[in-house]
Amino acid sequence: MIGYLVRRLLYAIPILIGVNLLTFLLFFIVNSPDDMARMQLGQKRVSDEAVQKWKQERGYDKPSFFDAGAAGSAKLTNTIFYEKSVPLFWFDFGHAEDGQDIAHEIRSRMLPSLAIALPVFVVGLLSYITFALLMAFFRATYIDFMGVLLCIFAMSVSGLFYIIGGQYLISKLWNLVPISGYASGLNAWKFLVLPVIIGIIGGVGASTRWYRTIFLEEINRDYVRTARAKGLSEWRVLYRHVLHNALIPILTGAVVAIPLLFLGSLITESFFAIPGLGSYTIEAINNQDFAVVRAMVFLGSVLYIIGLILTDISYTVADPRIRLQ
Amino acid sequence: MNLPFQPVILTTDALIFVLIAVVAVSAWYIGRHAHLRAPWKKVGHSRSGMIAAVIMLAFVTVGVLDSLHFRPRLTGDTAAGKANYAVDVMSVFDVIAAPLKNKPEKTYSAPLSAYLFAKETVEMPDGTEARMFPRLTYGGSHLKDPGRERADDIIKRAIAGVAIAALAWNILLLCVTFWLAHWNAQSIRNTWFAIWRGNTNVPWREMLITNGVLFLVLVPMIVLSAKYHVLGTDKVGQDVFYLTLKSIRTGLVIGTLTTLVMLPFALLLGILAGYLRGWVDDVIQYLYTTLNSIPGVLLIAASVLILQAVLDRHQDWFQTAIERADARLFVLCMILGVTSWTGLCRLLRGESLKLRELDYIQAARAFGVSDVRIITRHILPNVMHIVLIAIVMDFSGLILAEAVLSYVGVGVDPTMNSFGTMINGARMEMARDPMVWWSLASAFAFMLLLVLSANLFSDAVRDAFDPRIRGRLQTPGFLSKYLPATPGR
Repeated sequence: MIGYLVRRLLYAIPILIGVNLLTFLLFFIVNSPDDMARMQLGQKRVSDEAVQKWKQERGYDKPSFFDAGAAGSAKLTNTIFYEKSVPLFWFDFGHAEDGQDIAHEIRSRMLPSLAIALPVFVVGLLSYITFALLMAFFRATYIDFMGVLLCIFAMSVSGLFYIIGGQYLISKLWNLVPISGYASGLNAWKFLVLPVIIGIIGGVGASTRWYRTIFLEEINRDYVRTARAKGLSEWRVLYRHVLHNALIPILTGAVVAIPLLFLGSLITESFFAIPGLGSYTIEAINNQDFAVVRAMVFLGSVLYIIGLILTDISYTVADPRIRLQ
Repeated sequence: MNLPFQPVILTTDALIFVLIAVVAVSAWYIGRHAHLRAPWKKVGHSRSGMIAAVIMLAFVTVGVLDSLHFRPRLTGDTAAGKANYAVDVMSVFDVIAAPLKNKPEKTYSAPLSAYLFAKETVEMPDGTEARMFPRLTYGGSHLKDPGRERADDIIKRAIAGVAIAALAWNILLLCVTFWLAHWNAQSIRNTWFAIWRGNTNVPWREMLITNGVLFLVLVPMIVLSAKYHVLGTDKVGQDVFYLTLKSIRTGLVIGTLTTLVMLPFALLLGILAGYLRGWVDDVIQYLYTTLNSIPGVLLIAASVLILQAVLDRHQDWFQTAIERADARLFVLCMILGVTSWTGLCRLLRGESLKLRELDYIQAARAFGVSDVRIITRHILPNVMHIVLIAIVMDFSGLILAEAVLSYVGVGVDPTMNSFGTMINGARMEMARDPMVWWSLASAFAFMLLLVLSANLFSDAVRDAFDPRIRGRLQTPGFLSKYLPATPGR
């Protein structure tokens, strides 16, 4: 197990290097520092000196990968790649365009993101599985058919509709909770209720339908027939046997998302003005603040890889037959 | 040559024509082979699938008409006898919808209203000034006293529309009956009863009813459009019905071309990795794991931002604004394609791994058939069903994604009509009191109809080709925000 984890972590290194190279290519080669400077300083009529000064301030005036003029190891280290992309590996994200320390921002914005994403994930997962089990219980009846139809309908509605409709109905018409905003501490709950509910409703169609398919694939297996033959109630069969055996595909989809919950949701957070990482990313995109977007891309892939490793570990918990070697 | 118009083929137009050609050729090819025809027959027998197909056909018709672009000729030739063409690029759809397009109002007006939505200071005939809702320039302008006449006028026109719809539907019904009777060599009477009792293999009755409902809704709307703004007008006074119809093309382009762009990558790399194994497999797996590990939205946002900056710097590449917007749409399709091929690639790799061990391929290899030939003759045809299912299943998700991306600011060009830009533009109007709901409502309604029918159709296709594939292709919705596809092992 330990050996397996070490190997997985080592395998993550080339992937992270690949991600790093890709973002570097995208942010510094396709869009060169000169273009970046012109964009930040205003499109037209920027003097070359201003561009040079801007680049120098940010350390973008160096060669991209290789500095032939420098001596010794400085040939590699005195470059944009070494100074801007490599520090990402030890989570040194540098500074945003407005001079803020990105790492500090990320730390302070993680909590509000998590405050929405975690309840959505946990409550959502439980309720989708429950709905799906209900539909599996009533399989091949009118209830199941209507359920599937509802699911298809729900997944055809744009996520933006749920947000806009929910804000209008609950906040504007009924005045139950504020439309948007955030408060620190426990007072945050009234700002969080609506986005969490909407987040759960937004995923109900596709997820319930997906879990239903998984359960229906299990339900015709021999062990289910044995369990029924033993005289177990249908509910017990579903909850004890089918659910347990369907855990592997469920975990495959779910566990990998857990670390990514830190990143929050772009759309929900920006609609509800939650000061989380999602709205941070959106602001960065709108301000064309590439340093922040680069940091978020790297952070995202690190979290994704952690998620993959967690998924593997969760398999061994769910199914003792699986051994990680 | 002095044509009355000068055809303009935008990048996405060209690709749409390629796509139509590919569909036509494969339809012809499938039609000649019974084993390929069989699953499609099953699709044709599916009720929900065919109902969805009828609705999709209506959308596709609008989309294709909107893809035939041209520049109309201006009156008056130049001295050299050469024709002058307008700068504006129009589509055939614009010509058909000219009555909708060419009736700009000043600003918002409610659906079917005769008055503007905002109060203005109007000078009365006797010289005094008053604050009131001014009459619209076009909407309901034929009425003398809208307060009294409007309801009657709308009902009258709607009834006329319903009558036309009924007539058109009956003609369609007759045509279908005659054609079916001829095709099956049955009497017209028997065919009629078969359709009506639902005794046909292809669900003609359901399709005709769907068509009838479509007619009943659309024809009165079109008739009313002659004198009103059926779905109101937006902030700058454009007809919302027209904008919504124009958005359809953008949605269809993103839904189809994205898959078209990614297909070569996914097919080639997936099959190569699965068939050749060894280091090729390692490299390709590394490639897609790396791409996959970047959260989808972020990768898309980053690429769109960068390429948008490139497009902005090279304004000189494009002659007209519409070409620029179109280039951005194409770039968006490419980026969505490049970031979303990994799921299909992994699936194809797995399938090829399985196929290469099968007896008939082992036999082919023993006979000395080359790898290229084995792949094209034996592997490719046997993974095509996966490709097809992936295409139809991706379609609806991509349309929904466009709206979200446009909201984030990394979607289509703001000047381009799309559901996303409509929603984005209408979002702020929610705060107005009384609320301007019509642009938002019509964008959502049309998008729902399009995505719903696409979902139903893709279900029918999947059930006909491979009902077991769903679990492997789909990720639960709340996760797909971050992940392009379920990570497999």
